[in-house]
This record gives sequence, C-alpha cells and structure tokens, in this order.
Amino acid sequence: MRRSVLSFRDIHFTYPGALGGGALCGVDLDVAPGNRVVVLGANGSGKSTLVRLSNGLSLPDSGEVTVDGLRTDDESNLTEIRRRVGMVFQRPEDQIVATTVEEDVAFGPENLGICRAELRIRVDEALAAVGLSGLERREPHLLSGGQKQRLAIAGALAMRPAYLVLDEPTSMLDPRGRDDVGAIISALQAAGTGILHVTHDLVDLVGADAAIVLNRGHVVYSGSPGDLLSRSELLRDCGLELPGILALGIELRALGVELPSSAMTPAGILESLWR
Amino acid sequence: MALTADGIGHSYAPGTAYAQRALDAVTLSVEVGELVLVVGSAGSGKSTLLRILSGLLAPQFGTVSLDESPLTPASARGSIGLVFQDAESQLFAETVLDDVAFGPRNLGRGTAEVAHAAECALRAVGLDPKSYGQRSPFALSGGEARRVALAGVLAMEPRYLLLDEPTAGLDARGRALVRGVVGDVRARAGVVVVSHAAEEFLGEADRVVVLSDGGMAFSGSSAEIMDDPTVLDRVGLRAPDVLRIQQGARERGRYAGPFTLDPVVAAARLAHAGGWDV
Repeated sequence: MRRSVLSFRDIHFTYPGALGGGALCGVDLDVAPGNRVVVLGANGSGKSTLVRLSNGLSLPDSGEVTVDGLRTDDESNLTEIRRRVGMVFQRPEDQIVATTVEEDVAFGPENLGICRAELRIRVDEALAAVGLSGLERREPHLLSGGQKQRLAIAGALAMRPAYLVLDEPTSMLDPRGRDDVGAIISALQAAGTGILHVTHDLVDLVGADAAIVLNRGHVVYSGSPGDLLSRSELLRDCGLELPGILALGIELRALGVELPSSAMTPAGILESLWR
Repeated sequence: MALTADGIGHSYAPGTAYAQRALDAVTLSVEVGELVLVVGSAGSGKSTLLRILSGLLAPQFGTVSLDESPLTPASARGSIGLVFQDAESQLFAETVLDDVAFGPRNLGRGTAEVAHAAECALRAVGLDPKSYGQRSPFALSGGEARRVALAGVLAMEPRYLLLDEPTAGLDARGRALVRGVVGDVRARAGVVVVSHAAEEFLGEADRVVVLSDGGMAFSGSSAEIMDDPTVLDRVGLRAPDVLRIQQGARERGRYAGPFTLDPVVAAARLAHAGGWDV
C-alpha cells in the first residue's frame, strides 16, 4: 500500500535566467495527514517555489515530489494530485473567480463533474468550515480581506483535499482576519488534513508539528518548532524576525521565569508571571 | 506648511439604498517632517481618507487644504504622493528605471532631470540603479518590487507622502527596509502611514489617529496610545502583544511603570514586577 504523505525528495530547481532567487537546492520534506509543517524563509528563499512544486504547477530539475505515492512529473497523475492538494495563496483576489460566494466555492468540484446535490453539500460544508455560512449570495468583492481569504480556503476545501498548501495565507490580513484564518487552519489540522504552511511569520510556529527554514534555497534548519525559537542567530541570518511576544517570552525565560512553550500568549505569559 | 483635513465626511452612493457612510467628521493634519499614523481595521475608512487626502476624491463634507490653499487635483499633482497598498502590482514598464521615471516624466520634466530623479529615487529605497535599473520589474522579489513602486512615487519628490499598508506582506528585512525609507523621506516630506499593524510605526509616529467605522476613535500622540493600548482593542484592532502583556500586568495591579514596545526592556520590568529577578 502507498504511504499517505506529501513528499519532497532531494529537490533541485532553478528558474531559467534568474539570478538565483527562488531556487531550491537539495530540499527534503514530508507532510503527513494531520501534520502541519511550517516552512519559513525570507523573500526569495525559495518558499513559493516549493508551493508551486507541490501540485505539479512546476516540476523540479531533479529529485521527486510525490502525493500519496503519485509523482508530479507523470502528467497522467495531475488531475488526481490537484484534487488531493489544495492551494491557498497570499492574495485571495488572485484565486477568486466567480460572481457570488457560493459559485466561487463550487467552481473546483463542478469542474470535476460532481452532481448538483453533492455540490450543494460540499459548498455548504466548506462555507460552514470557514464561518461564511449565510453569505452564499454575496459578491466576493464586497467581502473584507479576511473573509476573502476564508472564501479562498473554502474553495480549496470543497475539493476535499488530503493536503492544503498555504502560501503566506495571513500576511495581508488585519489581526482579526489573521486570528480567524489561524483558527480554521488549526481545526483542519485536527481533522486530519496535512498542511504545508509557508510563512515568514514565526508566530505561525505555535502549534506546528515541524519547522523547516529555507535560506537561498537551502534547508538550514529542519526540526522542532520550539527549538527553532532559541536559534536567534540563525533566524536573524535568514532574515526572519522574532515577533515581539516570542522575544519577550524568550527573554523572560532567560530571566528565570518558568514559561512553558504552550504559554506563549499574552494570557499565558501573565499566568506564568503571577501564578 | 501642512496638509490638513478638517471635519471631512464622505458616503458612497449617497441617496440610494446602498448608501454607505465611509468617513464622518475626521480631522487630521501633517506637516513636513512629521509622521502621522492612521490605524483602523478593515472597513474603518482608512483608504477613503487616503483618497481624499491625495485629491483623488473630493469629500462631501469638510475641507482639505494644502499649504493653506484648498486642495485641488491640480495642486495635488506633484505635491502629494500616494503609494497604494500592494503597489508593486502596478509596475508596468520594461525596466525598473523606466518604471520609476514614469511619474516625473508625466509631470513634464526634462529628460536629464527625469533620469536624475529616477536614479536618486532608486538609491533612496536602497536599490543601486546600476544593478537594478535595467532589470525587468517583474523579475524582482516582493520586497524589491515594493521598493521600486515606492521609488516611482519618490521620484516626483512629493512634499507629502501617503502610504497605504506599506509593509503588508513583506518579510522582516523588507519591512525594516521600508521603515528605513519612510524614516529618511520624513526629513523632507510630511508622511501619513495607514496600517492595521500598529506596532510597525507606532514607535516612530508623531501622532496617531485611530479610525473606527469611519469616525475618529482616538487622536493624539503615540505616547498616549502606548500608555493606553486598550484604545486599539476597543476598535477591534489588536494592540501589540508586548503592550497587551504590560496592560494585563497593570490591570492586575502588578505594574506601574511606563509601557515600552521593546520586548527586552518589557521582559526585564515584568520579571522584576513578578519578583523573578531576586
């Protein structure tokens, strides 16, 4: 039996004529069902290339990308791969296609030839999962930024993907939108979706199963999300910045405050300070 | 010398069933050398305010003046620069230099002057015209493209610069570079930054205006906001976590000191207040 995993093996990739930005050099990475793997890196580190490779939008120069054993370089696999791997990008406007919310969510499964009754169920489920029930007839351009991103996620969910690949899904959102999308991601992870989460925001490490840091196409860290936070030099060299709350938490620990990793929230830190 | 909005109000589609009030009685002024930060969540009226301040939209109520004369589209031209959110999506020319030169050329400046202005603007955003000038704007990283878009506005040498979410979507290095550019520009221009990420510019701003549902929920110094970050929470924005923790400690009666955005300084004060440093 094929193992269920989204897998990258020894991936090399260069853009023709480019000065090196976005290239990948020997990347290994696995995303299992129910796991969230966070890929961190500055602009130009190769993060977005990884996203494009994950469902065959681009193919590696060498190495292989497989989705539950299906290779992305075999064209006959692509329809099935794109059903199993859902994508959400930084700017939801880039992937909203229809004139109402429900039509937009239905677009993907409709193209799979799914019948109307089943389509209705999937659209309703996907909208409920992202908290947009009741806005079925709304025009997408009237939604807030956070709602648009939730709509983009619903569009991906309607395909019932085994994996979701998220390319900086919260970087354009305000704090409320960021919280909403973060909660949806956690719920999907808990429900068994494998998530490849590309970001430059270290806050996204909270609750992740594994972390990978890319710097100019090379994997410079692969391991536990918690340990990464103590590697401040590595993070700085890779153009990543500790968010204020994590910097504060690490500093408090250095000062002797007993602060578990799970307490890296304003409430958790206050609790730990005055138990 | 100031760009001033006095009691401005604006509704979209007035008199119809779709009428939507976007701004109500907003007053704001920026002088050359100042940085004013406007924060508000999605739909609070931030973008409408920028469109009015830039002369793109005439307000239905109130007045906008540019250096003590009423603002008109003609007087805005060349004096006020507006950098839209996601500005890099508007890059269009074949080379970076040509893209940056578009603005000053359109203002009718001579060829030599345009070339000089474009090169200076690229240097001002930290991009060497020699290595970047002839590249395609479409082969740049996100942070580089954002700075090219910024250079395109700086090349017109505006006395007032309006920026809509200038750091959104950039990584740490890109955000630091953009903040640096804004700091430099401020020496010769009045700057208005609109953002939902208060912490990005709170430390540097002279004044802060908080918008909520089109109205002014707060207007004052950034020191006042730092001391009472709950203003941000009340309008559905989140105060920076480092401030929230200090606020939480104050509410518990554990913390009397002044608030700081610096996590290291905050940690030392909090650990001391909690008795952990003995």
